[in-house]
Amino acid sequence: MTGTALDYLPVLLGWAVLVPLISFVLVVLFGPRMGRHGRLAGYVATGAIMISAVLAFVSLFIWLAVEGTGAELLQHGTGHDASHAAAAEHGAGEGAGHGQEHADKAEHGQSHGGHKPRVLFGTWYVLSPPGIPEIGISYYIDCLTVVMFAMVTLIATLIHIYSTGYMAEELADEVVDHEAHTADGRHVRRRGRYHRFFQYLSLFCFSMLGLVLSGNVAMTFIFWELVGVCSYFLIGFYIERRSANLAANKAFIVNRVGDFGMIVGLMALWGSLGTFNYGDTLDAQGHVQARGLFSLIRPPEHGHRLHVPDGAVKAAAAEQVAAVVADHLRSEGPTEEALANAKSEVQSRLDPWRRGEPGRGAYWLLVVAGLGIFCGCVGKSAQFPLHVWLPDAMEGPTPVSALVHSATMVAAGVYLVGRFFPAFVPEVLLIVAIIGCITLFMAATIAITAVDIKRVLAYSTVSQLGYMMLALGVGGWLAGLFHLITHAFFKSLLFMCSGSVIHACHTNDMRKMGGLLKKMPYTGYTMLVGCLAIAGAPFFSGFYSKDYIIAQTIQFGLDNPGWNVFYYLATIGASITAFYMFRLWFMTFWGEPRDQHVYEHVHESPPSMWVPLVILSVFAVSVAWSVPGVGLSIESLLEQARPAGTAEGVGVGTLLADLTYRSEHLSHREAIHAQATTVATLAALAGFLLAVVMYAKRWIVAEEVARQFRPLYNFLWHKWWFDELYQAVFVRPVHFVARLVAQFDRTVIDWLIDGSARLVVAVSTWGERVIDRASVDGFFNLLAQWVYDLGLRLRVLQTGRLRQYVVFIVVGTVALFVLVSFWTGSAIGGR
Amino acid sequence: MLLASLFTEPVGVAHYVAVGAVLFVCGAVCMATKRNALGVLMGVELVLNGANLNFIAFSQPALYADSAWALGLDGQLASIFVIVLAAAEAAVALAIALNFYNNFTSIDVDHADELKG
Repeated sequence: MTGTALDYLPVLLGWAVLVPLISFVLVVLFGPRMGRHGRLAGYVATGAIMISAVLAFVSLFIWLAVEGTGAELLQHGTGHDASHAAAAEHGAGEGAGHGQEHADKAEHGQSHGGHKPRVLFGTWYVLSPPGIPEIGISYYIDCLTVVMFAMVTLIATLIHIYSTGYMAEELADEVVDHEAHTADGRHVRRRGRYHRFFQYLSLFCFSMLGLVLSGNVAMTFIFWELVGVCSYFLIGFYIERRSANLAANKAFIVNRVGDFGMIVGLMALWGSLGTFNYGDTLDAQGHVQARGLFSLIRPPEHGHRLHVPDGAVKAAAAEQVAAVVADHLRSEGPTEEALANAKSEVQSRLDPWRRGEPGRGAYWLLVVAGLGIFCGCVGKSAQFPLHVWLPDAMEGPTPVSALVHSATMVAAGVYLVGRFFPAFVPEVLLIVAIIGCITLFMAATIAITAVDIKRVLAYSTVSQLGYMMLALGVGGWLAGLFHLITHAFFKSLLFMCSGSVIHACHTNDMRKMGGLLKKMPYTGYTMLVGCLAIAGAPFFSGFYSKDYIIAQTIQFGLDNPGWNVFYYLATIGASITAFYMFRLWFMTFWGEPRDQHVYEHVHESPPSMWVPLVILSVFAVSVAWSVPGVGLSIESLLEQARPAGTAEGVGVGTLLADLTYRSEHLSHREAIHAQATTVATLAALAGFLLAVVMYAKRWIVAEEVARQFRPLYNFLWHKWWFDELYQAVFVRPVHFVARLVAQFDRTVIDWLIDGSARLVVAVSTWGERVIDRASVDGFFNLLAQWVYDLGLRLRVLQTGRLRQYVVFIVVGTVALFVLVSFWTGSAIGGR
Repeated sequence: MLLASLFTEPVGVAHYVAVGAVLFVCGAVCMATKRNALGVLMGVELVLNGANLNFIAFSQPALYADSAWALGLDGQLASIFVIVLAAAEAAVALAIALNFYNNFTSIDVDHADELKG
């Protein structure tokens, strides 16, 4: 571990996280004063994320220089198909026959199955007091982290640049919001908020990068919530619009539902394993001091296979443990020795327990933990049934949709499932796959009828996230994360193109567009690239990643007969994807203008907007290509980070005994790959041709089709009635209860408070009359009357006659003198 | 017997005091009887000078020279202060009289009874 350039990575990536935070603080404090209307705030935020991007790419190059491209790992995977398949067959057939597996591995020598990913784990700052398990600010860096950093910072930089153009209309003393109305029906006028936009973008970048870097679940959860709150701020950026308010609240509340599950998962992890750390804590010599989550669930001495951890067994066998301790204390007395004996006896009984009933309970704990974590991911990644917030989140400015709600934050759920992949037991993965599959199909069908250009893309995002979840769920770790990376590029490209269109048309409604290609060539052609990529046209990035996913579903169907449904739905989904994406493109850029008024005002966007589009479209095409000769590609990089023990497959189900996950490399066999490529391409082609027929050539009239299939059309138009369902099942009852509580508040509680107030008023009125007026006032008035009377009498002495006063003085003096003489006894002149 | 001894004894403190008392009484009577404000002022001067004589009379060293450092000039100093004070008082009083005359075209102090109770 000592002395490699990798030691710099934590510092580099740590600073890459912190620089956007510094920018956020600067913009919060000085934003409005940064140049005219805060123009410089945009440059500060953009500069900060550029620095992060540079640091991230330096880290990537350091990684490549030290660890290599990882190409040989992939080679191995595809080259030794047959032997590997045999090995996996053994594993699946014998279940607990680990000995056989070990022998196999020894035979393979340096097989990729034995490859252990290089991980840098460490703690910068420990928050918990000594004596309890460690929670702190830590980092967990593997190749996945580095790749995610590069992807996030690159896209974020481009989107920052794009935003300086897109948000330019906020650079004014007064902005008229045409979509928000005041009470008297006029448009809302407000100050420009350019700097505030960039302040939130910076905070988001900090949170997202922190989420990727974090080395324990607690820290992940904190950053998880931070990206959520940034999303809330950015969706509600146009705070005067009621729709934006509602959407922001919806996003936040729906995410709370998911995060509640996540907290349950965290508690299950903490209670059963007693640690939140991802990686193993090493001491100075590089020996393992304390194990992290992943090596507790997949211990190295069990060949990184799923193994119910001791902690979970103890937690599940709490009663038996208590009985053992009680026995020892009773027979040996309450001594330290008795406790130590009890401890060793518990240790010796762990294995029988693990095979018996407590073992089953412990396994259930792992299932609960996994499902809990996944529940958080369902919320954040907008999976069925919590997908409803993402389309509404399109109320935010379009760069936000591109960065937060398509490329990075919503992908965080997929990232976390990928991160926790080694800790997920097969049953959990099956549920991940089912949820992902439902999501991808449902969202794709809804996208067919949507007419808001951003909503089409939003449902497309939901659908693609469903693909990633499906891929992870069927054991395709590489496939899912690969699609995450490629999707981030082409979907942010698509969103930015749609932003450019909206910027020009001032409307989101595709029914008012059409024929824009001539007026906006850069936007039009880059968007075409994005559509081809997402549809999976050969040699575009989406083609490669979608192939991986479909191949994996085929493989899963082979391993688990009866689960072919994933394969079918994924293929149909690919077809629908191509259809709705080209529907979008043709409706926007092709044919005759539908609204002459809109068409006349359309213009190409400024260079600060279209240059990022061109750059991104280059990535959207090529990000999945491998560098010729070197063998460097996203897959090879990701393959380096494949969690230890998952290369031979996740394992075999315990609760569902016939659930089998075999090596992901099996799906890279020629036969399966060829089938996946052919089927996916044909499906996409079919979707594309249908879109051409309906929207470019208009041989089939779309409105006619909608009329023919009216019930189906209505079903899709209303988004499978999900909003209405939730309205009826959750929102209305909550409102009803809230009204009841308000009624109780108004009648009972208000009555109590009002009554006590009236009582106090009555008491004080009486007190005022009797005590204050009669007694206190009476006494002082009497005193004053006396003084007044005295004054009146003395008044006559003041005659105003000077000479009289002189006589008074003289007579008074003489009188005093006489009196004093009389009292002291001495007479005048009596010496 | 008291008056007789004054005439037979050499001039001493008693003589000063007697003259001072006469001056004082003259001044007081003047103040009490004159209606003209200037006459009243003159009475004030007489009273002050009567008091001055007393200061001087009692400042002779024979009366209190029990201290090695006493100069025997305390009474004289006090009377000089009184003289200065009398001059200042006369200036202020004359100014008041002038203003009074402006308002009432007279300096009869009996007219100055606006502040009576």
